[in-house]
Amino acid sequence: MSDYLEKMDHVINADDPSYGDTQIQNYTINFGPQHPAAHGVLRLVMELDGEIVERCDPHVGLLHRGTEKLIEYKTYMQALPYFDRLDYCSPLGMEHSYVLAVEKLLNLEVPLRAQYLRVFFAELTRICNHMLNLGSHIMDVGAMTPNLWLFEIREDCLNFFERASGARMHSAYFRPGGVHQDVPLKLLTDIADWLDTRLPRLFEDAMSLVVDNRIFKQRNVDIAVVSKEDALKWGFSGPMIRGSGIAWDIRKAQPYDVYDRMEFDVPVGTQFDCYDRFMVRVEEVRQSARIMKQCLNEMPEGPIASFDRKVSPPKRGEMKRSMESLIHHFKLYTEGFHVPAGEVYVATESPKGEFGVYLVSDGSNKPYRCKIRPTAFSHLQAMDFLMKGHMLADTTAVLGAMDIVFGECDR
Amino acid sequence: MGHSAPKIANPEGIAEEIGALLGSMLIETVDHADELSFTVVREDLANAMVALRDMGHYQQLMEVAGVDYPERPERFEVAYHLLSVTRNHRIRVKVTTDEDTPVPTVTHLWPVAGWLEREVFDMYGVLFDGNTDLRRILTDYGFKGHPQRKDFPLTGYVELRYSEEDKRVVYEPVKLAQDFRSFDFMSPWEGAQYVLPGDEKAAAPAPAPAAAPTTPKATEKKGESGAGEPTDSKAKEKSEDAPAKPAAATDEGKGAAKPEGKA
Repeated sequence: MSDYLEKMDHVINADDPSYGDTQIQNYTINFGPQHPAAHGVLRLVMELDGEIVERCDPHVGLLHRGTEKLIEYKTYMQALPYFDRLDYCSPLGMEHSYVLAVEKLLNLEVPLRAQYLRVFFAELTRICNHMLNLGSHIMDVGAMTPNLWLFEIREDCLNFFERASGARMHSAYFRPGGVHQDVPLKLLTDIADWLDTRLPRLFEDAMSLVVDNRIFKQRNVDIAVVSKEDALKWGFSGPMIRGSGIAWDIRKAQPYDVYDRMEFDVPVGTQFDCYDRFMVRVEEVRQSARIMKQCLNEMPEGPIASFDRKVSPPKRGEMKRSMESLIHHFKLYTEGFHVPAGEVYVATESPKGEFGVYLVSDGSNKPYRCKIRPTAFSHLQAMDFLMKGHMLADTTAVLGAMDIVFGECDR
Repeated sequence: MGHSAPKIANPEGIAEEIGALLGSMLIETVDHADELSFTVVREDLANAMVALRDMGHYQQLMEVAGVDYPERPERFEVAYHLLSVTRNHRIRVKVTTDEDTPVPTVTHLWPVAGWLEREVFDMYGVLFDGNTDLRRILTDYGFKGHPQRKDFPLTGYVELRYSEEDKRVVYEPVKLAQDFRSFDFMSPWEGAQYVLPGDEKAAAPAPAPAAAPTTPKATEKKGESGAGEPTDSKAKEKSEDAPAKPAAATDEGKGAAKPEGKA
């Protein structure tokens, strides 16, 4: 004890009360790259003052696979499956931008049934994506059950994709000129039944546990508020910009395929926080189901791919009987088709926001440049701005409401 | 009817309006596939963007894309994609640059440009004057080179693996089990220029076009069997006294894997 008092004698100074105080420094931590709530391989370098986040520096690129470079070495058709593997939670949304970009360069007309099928499956993809995002967002802030229920719906969606294309996730179903193959009638009737019974029952059940839940609201309301001006400045799109109160939806504003024939509402947020972004997605699921039902009612019979044999390959049966089809089939699967020189930027409303493809063609059979505009890149960049002054535990809520998938962010 | 890509109506006289807005900063206007792109003077990029954002009402910067044209004197093109949510219109603004000349940053106009510029820097080595945080973004920590440049090989220069001896990840030069194959897709009926074997004495062919077909991959020597080291050395022993091939018959693909002209 006497030792201690002797020591204290030196550090106490009546003139300067702060004399002898220990200087404390902000604490820097790594969030990830292997954190279950980071939704993939995200490394956040966070500077904490106690539990308050002072600075947040996301390090991305841990899943960079050089997709854009690889596409430059593939023909236009071979490049398509890379898009499935970008945002592996909503593969058809990615394909949609790409096939539309190629068709725009070719100025290729797509048969009506193919356009309906694309819209139909793009909306099924949206439901599928939101099931994963809503579920994991709920789980990130502490609830387990709804996630398990929502995965039931996601499993149904994946089964439908399998029945349409043969693959549960990486469908490669949309092709320049249409879709790969027609769907059986039984699949459409099954999806119609599912839209009427199983989807609303499971989804509304799960949501009834969450949307008015006190804990869920405490974790999300007034977290990461983004004003309209900030949302524009930070390049937000999709549910993020709608959550900030701007009714911007590319499906409405710049309709592609048959979206101009569809009737649906665009939900917008009013408080601009994480809860709003969550609720915007919840409403989008209901609107997607509405669009799908309209597709089912209006979908005409007819061809499902363009008859332009210089772009769209003939059916296998046809190829076995006709010499001309055989030549086209061989040429398209070896050389591929040539796309006129030019450049286009085509953006569609993917489930996560604006997914764009900037395609530069030099007239050959391979893209000269294919720049992919991921949605997560601009959203994640705003992490520092969103997190400043929030608690460490809010990180997961903010990340969950952003809906980030690293396959797409890192490419 | 045409394609079914997103329908963006170009408002009447929009090209002239933006041309007047940009004035002397504008170099070229291209209207292709219903998309307007404006090439501006590189030094005036920031001023042009201020004009477009505040007077032209293009509020959002959606994308910054680099493109590499190695044959041009200013080889890089940086394309900015702007979106107006009030006018429901998109335009593209382009500048050109080379390896050494920086492009003015637009981070003070749109904070989102920070990462987009970082990506163009990482992929192409384009410098952005005024971007205070111009670090690499997508590539590995300590990566060398700019992978999206056309002269950067598809496989890169190094590969990494976990070394059991060192108990850490080690970097090694890329070893390819199989050479690059480059196929020639030009149809012989559509202007491909070949010298067919045995046809060398025919009239000298016209100068090859820019996208000249590369030499097709063929096994020139027994030593290039492609079956790996042991077979190769065996084959070499056997073909010691075989006549040497002319030096001109080098393979294109092999050269591409060598680290030469590293940026």
